[in-house]
Amino acid sequence: MAKAKAQAQVPGVPAFYVTEDEHAHSGGSTMLGFWLYLMSDCLVFAVLFATYGVLGRNYAAGPSGADLFDLKLVAVNTAMLLFSSITYGFAMLAMDKGRQAVMQGWLVVTGLFGLAFLGIELYEFAHLIHEGATPMRSAFLSSFFTLVGTHGLHVTFGLIWLTVLMVQVSKRGLIEANRRRLLCLSMFWHFLDVVWIGVFTFVYLMGVLK
Amino acid sequence: MSGPQSHAEPHGAHDAHGDDHAPHGSLRGYVTGFLLSVVLTAIPFWLVMNDVLGNATLTAIVIMGFAAVQIVVHMVYFLHMNGRSEGGWNMMGLIFTIVIVVIVLSGSLWVMYHLNTNMMPDMHRM
Repeated sequence: MAKAKAQAQVPGVPAFYVTEDEHAHSGGSTMLGFWLYLMSDCLVFAVLFATYGVLGRNYAAGPSGADLFDLKLVAVNTAMLLFSSITYGFAMLAMDKGRQAVMQGWLVVTGLFGLAFLGIELYEFAHLIHEGATPMRSAFLSSFFTLVGTHGLHVTFGLIWLTVLMVQVSKRGLIEANRRRLLCLSMFWHFLDVVWIGVFTFVYLMGVLK
Repeated sequence: MSGPQSHAEPHGAHDAHGDDHAPHGSLRGYVTGFLLSVVLTAIPFWLVMNDVLGNATLTAIVIMGFAAVQIVVHMVYFLHMNGRSEGGWNMMGLIFTIVIVVIVLSGSLWVMYHLNTNMMPDMHRM
């Protein structure tokens, strides 16, 4: 750095711009920046959880969580997300060893578990709406669909990101940039699993209680 | 826990850049985290689905405890959180976020609970 600066500032010639080439800021700073993004995403979910916490019992004489939620389905859904977390972990271990084909295989498995999660969630939503428990029915259902829907939307974008990265890796291989992207997605994916712990505990399990 | 071991493992495959700060964990770390998560998920579902404790408030407190433990398990084994990654700034960001989350959640629930209780329709007739 000091050397580059010395070159840029030739004595007597004022430098009005950075003469060294812009280079990618790879490595640690990206991971810290992505972590901070995840923390801000955490605040988004905190607000949605707080909204649900305030409105979650305002049924407007409509159905309550105990009437609507099918815990067996939620348990299967939770298992899907948990399996996808460990398979992504296996993909990262394969990446560390430089085994591209094995890694891609685990990423496919992760994607399939993610798709299963989304499919079950969409089935649940469709079922609720079919029964008349739409987001418009009560404040409870508005906040429920917003919170769980936002999580589902995150999973959807995670799956799109996963697909894009698999194409990237198949075209360019396990280059440094792709490794960095895969590590970011790894944090994103595990973070979504952490948020889901809050969802199944506060929304589904505690919604069925009382 | 597995944090120190996983951090100490050499990542021979890609040391080219030398700025690889993210510890990637080990197979044992992931499997341990996964098994703990399965247990910590299964117990709350079992408690609620079979109404084991027979008391809604007690069950709620217990499953919130399990959720808190499981979140820590995920942070340690899957997200590889520790006090050293990124020179401690990961942890600083996390602590700051937790403080804000606690303020947002407890503040919202507290204020809105009091609004609800003190502004019941019955108040006008009293």
